[in-house]
Amino acid sequence: MTIARNDIRADEPSALRFEGISKSFFGVKVLKGVSFSVPAGHTLGLVGENGAGKSTLMNILGGNLLSDGGEMILAGAAYRPTAPQDARAAGIAFVHQELNLFSNLSLAENLFLTDFPTTGGLIRRSTINQRTTVLLDEVGLKLPPDTLVERLSAGERQLVEIAKALSIEPRLIILDEPTTSLTARETEHLFALLGRLRERGIALIYISHALQDVRRLCDDVVVLRDGEVVGQGARTELTVERMISLMVGREIAQLFPKRKATPADQAVLVVRGISQPGIVRDISLDVRAGEVVGIAGLMGSGRTELARILFGLDPMERGSIEINGVPIDTLSPRERVTAGLAFLTESRRDEGLCMDASIADNLTLAAAAKRTTGPAGWLDRQALHSDVDRIRRSVTLTATARNEQPVKTLSGGNQQKVVLAKWLLNEPRVFILDEPTRGIDVGAKFEVYSLINQLAERGAGVLMISSEIAELIGMCDRILVMSRGAIRDEIHRHEFDRERILKAALHDGELAGKGLET
Amino acid sequence: MNRKPLLLLLNNAPIGLFLLVFAVFGSLSAKFLDPQNLLNILLQSSATSIVAIGMTFVLLTAGVDLSVGSVMFVAVAVAGKLIFHGQPMWVGFAAAIGVGMIAGAVNAFFITRLRIVAFIVTLAMLFVARGFGLWLTKTRAMNMPDDVTQLGSSQLLGIPGPVFVFVLICLVAHVVLTRTQFGRQIYAVGQDADAARKAGINVTGILFATYVICGFCAAASGLVSLTQTGAVSPSFGDKKEFIAIAATVLGGTSLFGGRGSVFPGAVLGAVLIQTVENGLVIINANPYVYPLVTSGIIFLAVLIDCLRGQLLAKLNRRRIYATA
Repeated sequence: MTIARNDIRADEPSALRFEGISKSFFGVKVLKGVSFSVPAGHTLGLVGENGAGKSTLMNILGGNLLSDGGEMILAGAAYRPTAPQDARAAGIAFVHQELNLFSNLSLAENLFLTDFPTTGGLIRRSTINQRTTVLLDEVGLKLPPDTLVERLSAGERQLVEIAKALSIEPRLIILDEPTTSLTARETEHLFALLGRLRERGIALIYISHALQDVRRLCDDVVVLRDGEVVGQGARTELTVERMISLMVGREIAQLFPKRKATPADQAVLVVRGISQPGIVRDISLDVRAGEVVGIAGLMGSGRTELARILFGLDPMERGSIEINGVPIDTLSPRERVTAGLAFLTESRRDEGLCMDASIADNLTLAAAAKRTTGPAGWLDRQALHSDVDRIRRSVTLTATARNEQPVKTLSGGNQQKVVLAKWLLNEPRVFILDEPTRGIDVGAKFEVYSLINQLAERGAGVLMISSEIAELIGMCDRILVMSRGAIRDEIHRHEFDRERILKAALHDGELAGKGLET
Repeated sequence: MNRKPLLLLLNNAPIGLFLLVFAVFGSLSAKFLDPQNLLNILLQSSATSIVAIGMTFVLLTAGVDLSVGSVMFVAVAVAGKLIFHGQPMWVGFAAAIGVGMIAGAVNAFFITRLRIVAFIVTLAMLFVARGFGLWLTKTRAMNMPDDVTQLGSSQLLGIPGPVFVFVLICLVAHVVLTRTQFGRQIYAVGQDADAARKAGINVTGILFATYVICGFCAAASGLVSLTQTGAVSPSFGDKKEFIAIAATVLGGTSLFGGRGSVFPGAVLGAVLIQTVENGLVIINANPYVYPLVTSGIIFLAVLIDCLRGQLLAKLNRRRIYATA
């Protein structure tokens, strides 16, 4: 079905209205009569924990799923999409969290992939280049239209996604976590752009866990919990604290769980003078047993690169690394794991998990080598099985998740728990966690924090990299601040100070924060 | 930054190899660079190039078609049978093309509808088509009437018939891949089929079409080869799938989809392989050496491609701070 694009009725106050939308999967109600509306030219923030039903609702809106009941009214007319093409035709554009650009094609080709203007079957290159230039201009990208997408940064790709959304002249754009891969500057740029779109009368639905952003950007906020609208109102009525308590259904007294044990004196990880030209210089640090040490720094300060060097993924020219007094700098990543090191990468989807494999298989991935019997190295299934059960109890995955379920079907928070749990089987001495709570919701964050504390209480040393200063302040015993590949400051818990951290992170004149949420 | 020239060299590895091969054989034998011999190389590579062009479509979608050699055989077997029994030549040729496309469609059906891995489906087709062809020809060689071979030595606008067909198919394929929506969508599907589906691309349709195109090219290649050899033997098209895949990869097409081209890509690869064989004949090399040399060159090409990837990754690595 299609709706003519230009028939927006002046008397219809909403660009889109949901009325009693419901949906069940295998008898489980995931949406229970959701109703709210988005006025034209407004930005609506849609927040909720992972699994609250946001994605299901958006899939229904996008024509990927059919609702069981209720209806959607788009610009005054009933809207019943049965395929993604229907949503496009009706002027609804999606900007997904995972970018759907084809890196082997040019910018222009990505924008017009499904409706190239052609003459006699041949693509009119000049036309698409012209129109691409206009669209890129609107999002503030100054690049030739024939640039291959693989040459763009994550932020630039996000802008291209929005340009793609604009190419269908939408009346409604849905943005799903658009800022997760952006630096602070790129985020500012994006927000300014969204402001301009709003002025043009385009309605926006903005889905995000960054509640500060939601509060800043959106006119109205709708809070979903367990498939129901549990709160909605103007931005002025909903503070971040209120949103959180609505999302989780209880007031969160403390955002960060208390740790019960204090760090020991003995260092489990000793790093001395690591240097690699162009990447990091002269890095020395200690992590003691039971200690959580944070690494703050802007995106591109060398945090992730340092973690990769420590784990043996990238080379280092000078320096030494010891775990429990044993030098590991000549070991392979695999041997470092045996030596007691664990590494959670920044991107769990690409590096941390086998998305198609089951929860159980993922959990046992790192530890399988320890559970072999006999000379042929047969896996001891029974031992692995009991391991999985033991670990699952300690990380409280969603109750419905079966061991055999593929990891890709889990929410972001649950996926991260699987990644953490995977390493628990090995009982490592040192954990390096790179952005352990990126893109996961408040409730799941709290659980990940508790899990990190448990690790420390059991005597492991934790090196935690994060862009969220608040998180580091809440979790760490000590914070090291990196800038331009070097450690600029070391701050102990009693002197934690947001400003001091920021100042060190912005060391040597690099102003304008990039990638730090304060 | 002194890595840049090295990268430029690696980027153009197929062309570099091509020149190298020419230089080596040219210096070993004056006859090699004779214009007549160069034309011969083109004539000899026509059939291989056409299969490689079809293979490119499939490889671009991250698929594979192992059945092309057998499809060549069964297509010309049908054509040969018809012509042998007095049907006009064009009927036989049309039937051959039809057989090729049907074989491709059957492959496509199992791959797209029944979701069976392309490797398995086309491996099965390799045996089925060969077996069917053998049954049809009763495993006997069939010699074609003279007008078939005359076609092979005919000229069109001063260009030998087989080369004309090869250039025509190459041109059409190149334009389709680079200038049509269908072509660009093939690249998108090869890069990420899931994302392509979400973007509203008819992935099933695209995959289906590439296997049919591959079947078409296999049949066309068989016919070109038939006009040159004038006979359908039981080993017709044998192991062509390997030459076709090797040529395509040699020309820079990725086996993982999304990257590659018909021109220069597949054509360059096919001509390069043929050039090596031709050169070896000209310098009177021991025939047993042929496969060794050919596979050596393919290995070199893949190695270079690999090195190029690693160097690129190194060059593109982010720097945290400037180094002198």
